[in-house]
Amino acid sequence: MSASDEPRHRQLGLADDELERIRATLTRDPRPAELAMYAAMWSEHCSYKSSKLHLKTLPTEGDAVLVGPGQDAGAVDVGDGMAVVFKMESHSHPSAIEPYQGAATGVGGIVRDIVSMGARPVALLDPLMFGPLTEPRNRWLLEGVVAGIGGYGNCIGVPTVGGEIRFAEPHSANPTVDVMCVGLAEADALVTGTSLTPHVGSLMVLYGATTGRDGIGGVSVLASATLDEGDDARPSVQIGDPFAEKLLIEASLELISGGLLEGLQDLGGAGITCAVSESAVRAGMGARLDLDAVPLREQGMEAFEILTSESQERMLAIVHRSRLDEVRAVCERWGLQTAVIAELVEGDMVSVTHRGEVVAEVPATSLVDEAPVYDRPRAAPAAVPDPVDDPALLPYEGDLLDALEAILAAPNVASKRWVWQQYDSVVQGQTVTGSGSDAAIVRVPGSMKALALSTDGKGRFGALDPYLGAMHAVAEAARNVAVSGARPLAITNCLNFGNPERPLVMWQFAESIRGMRDACLALDTPVTGGNVSFYNESGDSAIWPTPVVGMLGLLDDHRLGVPSGFPEAGLAVYLLGETFPELGGSEFAETVLGVVAGRPPELDLDRERALHALLIEAASMDAIASAHDCGDGGLAIALVESAIEGGHGFAVTVATDLPDHVALFSESASRAVVGVALEHEGGFVDLAASHGVPATRLGETGGPRVVFAGSFETTVAYLREIHEAAIPSLLGEAV
Amino acid sequence: MRYRFEVLVTLKPGLADPQGKAVEASLPAIGFANVTDVHVGRHVGLDVEATSEPEARAQVEEIARRLLSNPVIEDFRVLEPAETDAGS
Amino acid sequence: MTIATPRVGVITFPGSLDDRDALRAVETMGGEGVDLWHADHDLRGVDAVVLPGGFSYGDYLRCGAIAGHAPILDEVRSFADRGGPVLGICNGFQILCEAGLLPGALIRNASLRFICVDVFLRVETSQTTITSELVPGEVVEIPVKHGEGQYVATTEQLRRIEDEGLVVFRYADARGEVTERANPNGSLDNIAGVRSTAGNVVGLMPHPEHAVDPDVGPTGGQPLIASLLASALAGASA
Repeated sequence: MSASDEPRHRQLGLADDELERIRATLTRDPRPAELAMYAAMWSEHCSYKSSKLHLKTLPTEGDAVLVGPGQDAGAVDVGDGMAVVFKMESHSHPSAIEPYQGAATGVGGIVRDIVSMGARPVALLDPLMFGPLTEPRNRWLLEGVVAGIGGYGNCIGVPTVGGEIRFAEPHSANPTVDVMCVGLAEADALVTGTSLTPHVGSLMVLYGATTGRDGIGGVSVLASATLDEGDDARPSVQIGDPFAEKLLIEASLELISGGLLEGLQDLGGAGITCAVSESAVRAGMGARLDLDAVPLREQGMEAFEILTSESQERMLAIVHRSRLDEVRAVCERWGLQTAVIAELVEGDMVSVTHRGEVVAEVPATSLVDEAPVYDRPRAAPAAVPDPVDDPALLPYEGDLLDALEAILAAPNVASKRWVWQQYDSVVQGQTVTGSGSDAAIVRVPGSMKALALSTDGKGRFGALDPYLGAMHAVAEAARNVAVSGARPLAITNCLNFGNPERPLVMWQFAESIRGMRDACLALDTPVTGGNVSFYNESGDSAIWPTPVVGMLGLLDDHRLGVPSGFPEAGLAVYLLGETFPELGGSEFAETVLGVVAGRPPELDLDRERALHALLIEAASMDAIASAHDCGDGGLAIALVESAIEGGHGFAVTVATDLPDHVALFSESASRAVVGVALEHEGGFVDLAASHGVPATRLGETGGPRVVFAGSFETTVAYLREIHEAAIPSLLGEAV
Repeated sequence: MRYRFEVLVTLKPGLADPQGKAVEASLPAIGFANVTDVHVGRHVGLDVEATSEPEARAQVEEIARRLLSNPVIEDFRVLEPAETDAGS
Repeated sequence: MTIATPRVGVITFPGSLDDRDALRAVETMGGEGVDLWHADHDLRGVDAVVLPGGFSYGDYLRCGAIAGHAPILDEVRSFADRGGPVLGICNGFQILCEAGLLPGALIRNASLRFICVDVFLRVETSQTTITSELVPGEVVEIPVKHGEGQYVATTEQLRRIEDEGLVVFRYADARGEVTERANPNGSLDNIAGVRSTAGNVVGLMPHPEHAVDPDVGPTGGQPLIASLLASALAGASA
């Protein structure tokens, strides 16, 4: 880290003005342990100090929203007395250093957030971004992250059912590893800040793993440092134990269902400090914490180490004295250690003793709620994209089939089966549709309902226009849910950006929030919570502005879910929506023309909403046989993917005034490809018209061939091979 | 007396050893093309409180046989002990 | 005379993951599922015992090694000696091998990677408690999801296993051809499941409990669970 003659507060990541604030609050100099507590709690990761001002502008309310941002996770009512608890988090910085453990502990952390609300985790999704696979280091990162997600997720009995993997040069030194977890709880059993009533004198019981030196300085050091500091950061990476996590999940849910708790919090960033002070603030009280009571894994740990350790697989329960024995009994049954480390007291102070001495006395609200809120300067980029840079204006004389094959084999588009076959997608027995489709469909046990889940990030669009990029992320996530026949309900998000102390990055962030806000309002999908990951840069290279959206949708009847592949021959193939000459930021432009330029496609949110409404209604009437979103690679790729997935070819005529390559590969928004049984065709066309959605008949499904009449043709088998072989080949593996 | 023992557990010869093969295949990439017959096993360290070294050793052998190794597919070897300070 | 419902116990070890799925599959197929706890010396009078999939004890030391010494294994052993139907699925198979109730052992997949995929199994014998409703040569489709599913045995053990007809399932293609391509983990002789000499104890790596519900995947597990329930019932009325 920094030189040892730097003042201690700066070494811990606190700014000078932050130290002044602390001095003013305490009316004295902070003790060393207190400084460490503030450094952790006021870190970017824990306090959101650079992002809070902007996050406040996001829509967070809705009829179905039970819990919005500010708790461990968000929660949405899905009827039948059930609530869905969900959230996404990033673990990009640790994964860049130690990909397996970084990804594994990322899974562990988000799962505990869901469990601490009283929900059983039922699904995991992982949106990931890496640099190009032609670089050995990026292959190493991909393999390690995938192994870590599988190694941890598979071992705790939560199916991994979706996610996405994208590749871009700026992610070479800064992989993005985001993890989303979804859980189910009975709506009236949700554990929130207000659902249970802690009492003065109630105990804070730490249970789970012992506390060691893992991740000391993790949130304050790693998440706020760009990666020029290299190997010194290694001790900050935590090691996960998924077996302990599984025991923790079962014990915690048993404690909650037994009505034994007055509160529950998981330990993540800032460890014990965060869990104790946040629990105290929620209870409207203070806490008396004794560090000697904390079970340690290592000898000779200092107070500040115990306070900020990020050892994994630990939870903090608030327990009324009269129920302590029962709580202990449940934990013992599951082989978990318990320790009473604190108690709730009147007032606002968190007082901490260690080896018989007071080492910290700070107001809880100061730690939790009074971190500075920065309005960091923003500055739009100096250069405005030259309209001449728009790839749609460039002529293309090449072979169209060659272009299609190149895009199909492009890492962003190619099959990720090599990845998701390493994940258990089957455990818990509710996965109707897993990875490889537009949305994952997971049944809600005890009802006919199913959740539809999708994660989407449009970094390439964000690089060109952060406002549009964020809007597209929301729209595409909602569209992926709608093509499955489900209603988009709400989102969680992970906002991955560079260094917020740079005005350009702060401008990108603010613009992305603005775009996300506009889209969420128009599509009626409030934000229930999420995560901000700043400082994703090294040297001069920052990642593209990459807000990732995790969309939650609801299918009222899981049997009416719509597959993305053509399920049979003899279906009419329709394109819903309109194609404009929009190759800005497209896969065609990057893969075939070698440029990332132009303006991202327009997004008319009214049109988008109409498309979703049509898809949802058509699905509920069982009027469509398949539906697939037009995304990367445009119409041509959507058609080919439908054929590969369903196993049936097609013959279509794409007749427009646009040049052929534009008609095939433009990435205009608000479009989908659907397969309609001939007997439903008339009704479907009328339905589309009633929703004001253009529906163009392109042709029919059937046979082993893929025919673009007047342009080119080939076979499904040939294209499937290209689609499946690309990623394994890049990794040097057999297919 | 406290005795510190180490037990090495290895796969029986002739059985498939995918980890060993993977390690062997990686060696040329770090500049060693002259290495073959790589096998990956397990090492277990344990402190045993006993009145004599033979007694301790007998216990370690039983532990190794009953839990630390799977006799169907693994062999074990108990290494020479080192005497540690008595008491904690 | 009332028709009894077979009671099938499913043992939960610390780290078991597919225990609730096994209970649900038993109930779906018409049986009564009974929770059993690893630390109890009590099989609660069940007619059949299932050791489910998962990562008992985190797979630490060796898969199934620690669970193989669990208190309830004493009761499972006596139950098996009396001819009771015992089914080990995935981690359960590993535990039964570690406990010496089945021959051979399971090690890391040849690819060194976890794999979750639907596979086809060829039934090799109907002389077991979970294949009594099937005929040899029949093909069923069931998912596998494991990182340590490569079945191995010493040369002599393998000869005995094949000679005595102890192989219950082999990985095959959709037509029942036993090929290398059909083998997801490198198991010797494409062995996916084996039985004890008496045929009442069976272990297999694939997950029949995840193949009974047509909404979520193939249903090749239905005849296996049906056979188990029939065997349980036969034993109960004996």
